[in-house]
Formats: sequence, C-alpha cells, structure tokens
Amino acid sequence: MLDLRAVTAGYPGHPPVFRDVSLTVAPGESAGLLGPSGCGKSTLARVAALLHRPDAGTLHLDGERIRHWRHRAPRAQRTAFGVVFQQPRLSADPRLTLADLVAEPLRATGDREHLGERVAALAARVGLTGDLLSRRPHEVSDGQLQRACLARALVLRPRWLVCDEMTAMLDASTTAALVGVVEEYRAETGAGLLAVGHDRVLLDRWCDRTVEWSSLITPAAQAPAR
Amino acid sequence: MAETTVEKTAPRESGAARAAWRSRTGTRRSTRTLRLYTSVVLTGVTVLAVLVVPPLVQLDQQAVDLAAKLRPPSAAHPFGTDDVGRDLLLRCVYGLRVSLLVGVAAALTATVVGTAVGATAGALGGWVDRAVMRVVDAFSSVPHLLLGVFIVAMFRPGVWPVVASVALTHWLSTARIVRAEVLSLRARPYVDAAVSGGASRWRVAVRHLLPGVLPQAALAAVLMVPHAMWHESALSFLGLGLPTHMASLGNLIQSARGSLLAGQWWPTLFPGLFIIVPTLAVAGLAGVWRERINPRRRSELML
Repeated sequence: MLDLRAVTAGYPGHPPVFRDVSLTVAPGESAGLLGPSGCGKSTLARVAALLHRPDAGTLHLDGERIRHWRHRAPRAQRTAFGVVFQQPRLSADPRLTLADLVAEPLRATGDREHLGERVAALAARVGLTGDLLSRRPHEVSDGQLQRACLARALVLRPRWLVCDEMTAMLDASTTAALVGVVEEYRAETGAGLLAVGHDRVLLDRWCDRTVEWSSLITPAAQAPAR
Repeated sequence: MAETTVEKTAPRESGAARAAWRSRTGTRRSTRTLRLYTSVVLTGVTVLAVLVVPPLVQLDQQAVDLAAKLRPPSAAHPFGTDDVGRDLLLRCVYGLRVSLLVGVAAALTATVVGTAVGATAGALGGWVDRAVMRVVDAFSSVPHLLLGVFIVAMFRPGVWPVVASVALTHWLSTARIVRAEVLSLRARPYVDAAVSGGASRWRVAVRHLLPGVLPQAALAAVLMVPHAMWHESALSFLGLGLPTHMASLGNLIQSARGSLLAGQWWPTLFPGLFIIVPTLAVAGLAGVWRERINPRRRSELML
C-alpha cells in the first residue's frame, strides 16, 4: 500500500506547489494521475518515490511510515521504487553507455552476479537490440534512450513503478511498446504502478483507475481559509 | 533553400567577391590555428628547455667569471652576463625550471584541494555547503600575496614552503568553480535516478558528479600554472620565496634591479620574458581548450 496523506510539498524559496494532497495506491493496482501542467503532479510522484522530502504530511509504504527521503532513506526503501522520468535526455548520465546505464543500479547496490546476462535479457525485453547497448545517450534517439531508462527502472525488480510522463515525448508505437513492457512486468511480479500524465486516453486504457488532480485535494484545503 | 540560391548565384559572382568571402573565413580559421600552433610550439620549447638543457649542457650555472661581468648579449653569452659574470641564458633556463616546478606542483595541489572542497560542498549541500563557502569567502577576503607571505614566513626558505603558500592561496577559485558545476549537475534527473537506484552519496559524487566537473577543473589547473609562476616570482622578488643562491625568475629580476638603473637592461629583460612567454603560451592553449569544452560560455574562466 502506497499511502500519501495530506502532503504539502514545494521547493525552497517558493510557496508550496500544492497543499494537503492525499492519494492511495493499493498493491498491484495501477493508478493514473491526470492533471494540467504545473499543478505539481510530478512533484507528488517524486515525493512518492522518496526523491523529494515534503514540507508536511505523511507517506506510508506497505504500512510503514516513511521518515526520510533521498539518501537518508534506507536503500531497501529507495530501491523498492523504479522511476522513469519524463525527459530521457536529462535522466541519463551522458558519460555512460546504455549498458552501463542499465547496469548502474546493480553496481550501486553491489549485486554484480551475472550482471552482463541480466542486462542483456532486460535490454532484449525493452527492445534494445544490436549495438545500441554500447552507444552513449547522444548516439541514440529519445525513444531508444527512454527504453534504456525503463530497463534501468526495472533492473532491481522494484515493487512499485513510478512513471512520470514516461511517454510524453514519444511516438505512438514506442509508447505502446513501453506500456506493454510495464504491463508485462506488472503481470509477472504484481508490482503497483503510479503513472502520471496528461493524456487521458492513454491513462484510461493503461490504468485500473484514473484520478483527476483536482479530486485529490482535501476539501478542507479548498475552503477559502487562507 | 539557401544552398540552392548560393549554388545558382555562385558562377555569376565576380572572382574578387568570391576570393574575399573565402579569404575572410580563411583568416578566421588561420588565426585560431595560428594561436593553437604558436601556443603549442612555445609551451613545447619551454618544457623541452626545462627538461633537456640541464642534463645535456654540462655547464655550471653558478660559475662566476668576474672578468666578464655585466657583458651585453654576444655570441658567447646570448643573453649577456650578470653582475658576477654568470651566463644569463643558463641562469634563466634553471630559473624557469624552478619556477615551472613550483607552478605545476602548486597548481596541482591547489586543484586537488579546490576540487575536493568544492565537490564536498556542492554534493552535500545544505548547511555544509553554506559553512564551507563562508570559510572560502573568509580566505579570499585576505589578499593572496599577503596570505602567501604569511605562510612562507612560517617556514625556512625553500621550494616546498613556496609551493604550499601558493597552493593554499589559490584553491579558492577552483573550489568555487567546482562547487557551482556540481550544484548545477546535482539538480539533474539522472542524479534522482541514481538515488532511486540505491547509489550512496559517495557513489553519486564519484560516478556522476566528479566526471562532469573534471574538464572544468583541469582547465582551471592549467590556467593556474602561470598564475602560480607569477606568484612564486613575486614572493622571490620580495625576498621571501626561494633562497637567493637558487636561480628562480623572481630572484634573477630582484638581483638585477641595481644594474637596471645603471643602464644594463639585459639582466632584467630576459628573465621577465621567460615569465611572460610561457604565460601567454599556456593562456593561448587554455583558450583553445575552453572553446572546445564549452563553446557557449567563453568569459567564465579567465587568466
């Protein structure tokens, strides 16, 4: 159970992006989050994936309350989430080849057993073929890079997937392929999914449940108290 | 579209106009390559002179010949002789050797210290960053030379105190550059991805942040070499740097001050040129390198 309650989050030096937002995702469920741009849905996804410490509110992961974010969070909690970001160009280190990119979480967690085979199997699964794995990010297309980023998110076999506008800048066939890989992985492992996006048609088809951003805000916060 | 227009009009253009167009691009390219080649050649000559001349030329740079003192440049002594008849060419080469050694050692030390401090501050952020950068500000509020004199004065004169003095006063700018770069890299999503992939702080810094700042840090190190040479010369000129018997460019100029007033120009001119020429050569090299690694931000790192 991924349970965000009355979360307020923002960035230093600015007023909070959102206040008192609550969202619950059941294990194995896929939840789609729809919202206009700039409303804070990416920030909420970052809070959920332990990448951004909220200013207020609580996050319970499988019944356990999360008290620390980013590096302070225990490694097991951080790696329970596979995160795919919106812009593959920015979310891939430009110095690593795609093979290193995918293998990086395995190396970081010290899990080096059969590393090459596992990376190769995962690459085949996301559709990275041929010599693509030996190329660097600037030598591949956005779609191919996003495939590698999805492989990186899956390589530690996370219990939760957070896809932050994963397909926003991809064509229809790549979108279909990536969504297919995610669904195949979820069918196999029963992982939960939080998919953020603004494409209602896609999220409706992809997710068990689609929620509007406006419905997440706790009614008390909407009252003109401030 | 533009290409086809050019192709169509090209045969009708007059020969002179085409030649002008060509020569304009030609000169622009040639100034850049000229700058590169001049810098490479001058740096190469300097390094070769410093490395090759002392083992090959079996002459004593300290040999005193009072009968031939203060001779102007001639065939026997191309740079002339100083006030006790020592050959200035040889003295200059040995002086450059010491100055370059101090410059390179101090620049390397300063870069390592600066990179370590800057990367720590940038990678940890928060109150560590603020505290470290205030210490850096406090250090840089003291004039370089004053702080350097203070450090040198604590030790017996020699090469290593000068290296320490120059290094300890020059890591500040490197720390600032590295910290700024690390801060900008730290906000990239690929660092988020690494955090989510279970990377420790150390791994993020070493694997993702430091490789990104290395070109900038290396450029700062190269630009630091002439800076450190000047600093060493200034300390020696003030009589605080290397011991007077050791030929360093600052010492040479300092001991030749008296004869300059008497009209003998060569004992000061040649050591001075030996400081200026390597400085310009390294600055030219660094300029070409800077344009290569970062064509858009040209004004950031200056000598």
